[in-house]
Amino acid sequence: MRPFDYVEIRVPAKSQYVGVARLTISGLASRIGFTYDEIEDLKIASSEAITNAVQHAYSEVDEGEVVIGCALYPDKIEIMVADHGKSFNFEETKTKVGPYHDQQEVQFLREGGLGLYLIETLMDEVKVHHQEGVTVFMTKYVGEEQVEENVETITS
Amino acid sequence: MNIQVVIKEEENLVKAFISGEIDAFTAPMLREKLATVQQKENLQTELEMSDVSYMDSTGLGVIVAFYKHVNANNGHVKLTGLSTRLKRLFDITGLGEIMDIETDDKGGNK
Repeated sequence: MRPFDYVEIRVPAKSQYVGVARLTISGLASRIGFTYDEIEDLKIASSEAITNAVQHAYSEVDEGEVVIGCALYPDKIEIMVADHGKSFNFEETKTKVGPYHDQQEVQFLREGGLGLYLIETLMDEVKVHHQEGVTVFMTKYVGEEQVEENVETITS
Repeated sequence: MNIQVVIKEEENLVKAFISGEIDAFTAPMLREKLATVQQKENLQTELEMSDVSYMDSTGLGVIVAFYKHVNANNGHVKLTGLSTRLKRLFDITGLGEIMDIETDDKGGNK
């Protein structure tokens, strides 16, 4: 059995579906137990990635699709956003994504200005894979902020 | 998911009441609405945002463009009624230091 629940959202590469995907991700995140603020962060970060994908897919073909894969763990959520409509294997693609140290790789993301910066700031880990389109892979852990703020953990 | 923009012009003060969600879909509508504001010297503007429930970089882009436009004519843009969430978005992008922002803490709630 997989150690996580997997939910895939596939939407036309049109901006009116960014909000639909955002709402879905918000619902998934609340199931895992993210706080209100963490869910708001996730909504912005995933919207940024999906917006980029929508805009990118548009320039490539007339009617593209954006695929959003969400892996739900007890303590974290992994979100993968791909701007090519082909179905992807979440685990396989995950092994391919790497850090985005290559400036060239994310040039399109930088074009939009603050999008990637917000993703970096609001998520705990971000990776970008550039092959057959662009895939953004991002992770957020439950309660990461509380740990940083040094709140004492209560164990039962 | 929707946005509403109501613009009220009185002499040298233009007030835009924005409500709803600002994202890739609705940002162009906000941009269009703000483009109808007659630009003139020393124009004082206020964007009232207490009913904005969601915003991301697409909204920041529209507001920054409006800000630049107004400032180029020696005018002023003031953002009012921002929730702590919205204020945070301006702060983490560094825009909070540049722009005139009032948060929505009149009622004593955060």
